Amino acid sequence: MAHSGSGYYSANSIPSSISQTGITMKYALLDYVRSRRFFIMLGITIMISLLLTAIVGYYQPATFVTSELAFYSSWWGSSVTFVIILSGIFFGGDAISGEFQNKTGYFSVPNPIKRSSIYIGKWLAAYIASMVILAVFTLVTVGNGMYYFGTVPYEFDVSFLFAAFYLAAVLGFTFFFSSLFKSSTISILVTAILFLFAFSLIQQLVSSLAQVEPWFILTYGAQIIGNVLTVPYPAHVITSNYGPITFTAYNVPILEGMAIIGAYFVATAILGLAIFERKEFN
Amino acid sequence: MPSIETANLTKKYGKLAALSDLDLKIEGTKCVGFLGPNGSGKTTTLKLLTDLIKPTKGEAMINGVSIRADKKKALESVGALIETPEIYPSLTPREALTMIAEIRGVPRSERGRQVDEAISEVRMEEWVDKRVGKFSKGMKQRICVASALLGDPSVILLDEPTSGLDPRGMSEVRDIIKALKGKDRLIFMSSHLLSEVSDVCDEVAMVDRGRLIVYDSIPNVTAKFSGGNNVVEVGLHRPADGDCTAHSIGALPDVVRVEKIDAFNLSVAFNGGLDVQERLLGELVRMGIGVVSYRAASSELEEVYLKLIKDTK
Repeated sequence: MAHSGSGYYSANSIPSSISQTGITMKYALLDYVRSRRFFIMLGITIMISLLLTAIVGYYQPATFVTSELAFYSSWWGSSVTFVIILSGIFFGGDAISGEFQNKTGYFSVPNPIKRSSIYIGKWLAAYIASMVILAVFTLVTVGNGMYYFGTVPYEFDVSFLFAAFYLAAVLGFTFFFSSLFKSSTISILVTAILFLFAFSLIQQLVSSLAQVEPWFILTYGAQIIGNVLTVPYPAHVITSNYGPITFTAYNVPILEGMAIIGAYFVATAILGLAIFERKEFN
Repeated sequence: MPSIETANLTKKYGKLAALSDLDLKIEGTKCVGFLGPNGSGKTTTLKLLTDLIKPTKGEAMINGVSIRADKKKALESVGALIETPEIYPSLTPREALTMIAEIRGVPRSERGRQVDEAISEVRMEEWVDKRVGKFSKGMKQRICVASALLGDPSVILLDEPTSGLDPRGMSEVRDIIKALKGKDRLIFMSSHLLSEVSDVCDEVAMVDRGRLIVYDSIPNVTAKFSGGNNVVEVGLHRPADGDCTAHSIGALPDVVRVEKIDAFNLSVAFNGGLDVQERLLGELVRMGIGVVSYRAASSELEEVYLKLIKDTK
C-alpha cells in the first residue's frame, strides 16, 4: 500500500475501462456458453435446421430448388430473423435485470469498475454467444445450399452481414428493456411479446390498413435480410385491391432498412446504458 | 492513512429518509462496527459508499476521493461485501475470484497466489473448481468474503459478513477480520451481533432512523452511556423468596441492581469484570437460594445499544 496526494491508493494498477469491458465480456461469455439456456438455444437451432433439411430433402419444394437465390431466400430469409430474435431474448432478455433480481450486480458493481464496462461487456458476451448460434444456422444453410447448387451467391454474404447487424440492434433493444425492469421474468416476457407479436401486428395494421410506411418498426427494417436475396429487389410499395378495399404492402429499401436498424441500435444502446448507470440496487 | 468520510450524506425514497445528513469520518487502521436496528440506514450507508445506490444529497468519500465524482479511483483500494451477493452460476470460485482480481488490477504473476490464499482463508479449497450454481448460501458468502480480500485493499467494507454462515463459519470469518486488523487495514462492518462487534471491533458507530447517534471507541462509548454495569441472569430451582431475596442480593458488594424476571429467574447488574462475576457466583451459591444456572445476560455494549436506541424512539 502506498500514499497518494489524496490518501491511500492501491499497489495494483487498475486496468483501463476498455480492458475491464474485455474482462467482463470474457467471464460473462464463459457463464453464457456453460448455461442451460445456451444449450437449449443451440438445440432449437439445430432442430430448425434438421427439420428444414429433412423437409427440403424429402419434398424438394419448388420454392426452394428452382434457383440458388430462391433456395437461400426461402430457407434463410424466412427463418434467420426468428433465430436472431430468439437469441436476443435468450441472451439479452434478463442480462441486466438479472444483475438486480439475482443480485449478481452486488458482486461486480462494488469494485473499481464503471457500470458502462459491465453493461458493454455483458452486451458483447451476449452478441458473441448469439453469433455462435447464428453461425451454426448459417453452416447448415450453406451446407444444404452447396449440396443443391454448389455455390454460395454474393447476395447471401450481404444478407449474413445484415443479419449480424440486425442481431446487434435486437440485443441493444433487449438490453434496453432488460435495464428498464428489475424482474427478469417481466423483461423477458415484454421483449418476447414485442418481437414475436406486437411489432409484426403493428406493422401489418399500419401498412395494410392505414397505408403508412412502418419505418419506425425494427422488424420492418429487418426485411432487408430476406429481400436482398430477391433479384431484382422488391418494389418499395405494392398495392392490391380486394373489392373496395385496398391493401398496401411496403418493402423497405436497403439504405432505409440499414438506417432503421442502426437508429434502433444507437438509441437503445444509449438509453439502456443511461438507465443502468442510474439504476439503484435496492 | 486509509479513510472513510461522509458529509451530509442523505438518501431519501420519496418522503422516507433512509439516511439523514450523516457526517462520519473514520481514519486509520482499525475495525469499526456499524450498529443499528433494521431499517436504521446501515446498509444504505454501505451501498452509498460502493455506488450501489446514489445519494439524494451529500458526499461519500473513500481515501479522500468522492465516489460520485470518480468511483473507479475511490474504490481502487476497497474490498466490499454488501448484502449477500450472487455469483454467475456457471463460474467456479476460482474463475469468479480471478475475474475480481483482474478487475482490481492484480498483476498476472500475483493473481493465482492471491486467489489461492483467499480461498484458503475461507476454507473453500475443496470447492474451488466446482460451479457456484450448486453452492449453499453460506458457501457463496464465504466466496464473497474471499473476493473482498483480493487486491490487498486498504479499506474493507463488510455488511453483516457472518450472515448466512454456520457457527463455525461465523467464527472463521471473525478470525479473518481479526487477522486483517493487524495488516494495516481500515475495516468498516455492519452487524446485528453485538457480541461480534465487541469481540472484533475497536470502535463503534450507531445509527437509528437514518441518523448517527454516536461514534467513538467501544471503551469510551460504554463508559459514557452504560455506567460500566454487567448483567448476569440467575436461574433458581425454587421460586425466589419475594423481595427478601432481591434485597439480600442487592446488599452484596458491587451489585447495583436486582430485577425479578419471573419466579425462577433474576437479573443482577454489577460493577466490575470477570473476577467480580466469579465472586458473585460463589456468594449467591452460599446464600442457599437454589442457584442452578448463572450466565452473562448482556454485555456493556448491548446495554448501551439498547439504551441509545430506546432513547431515540
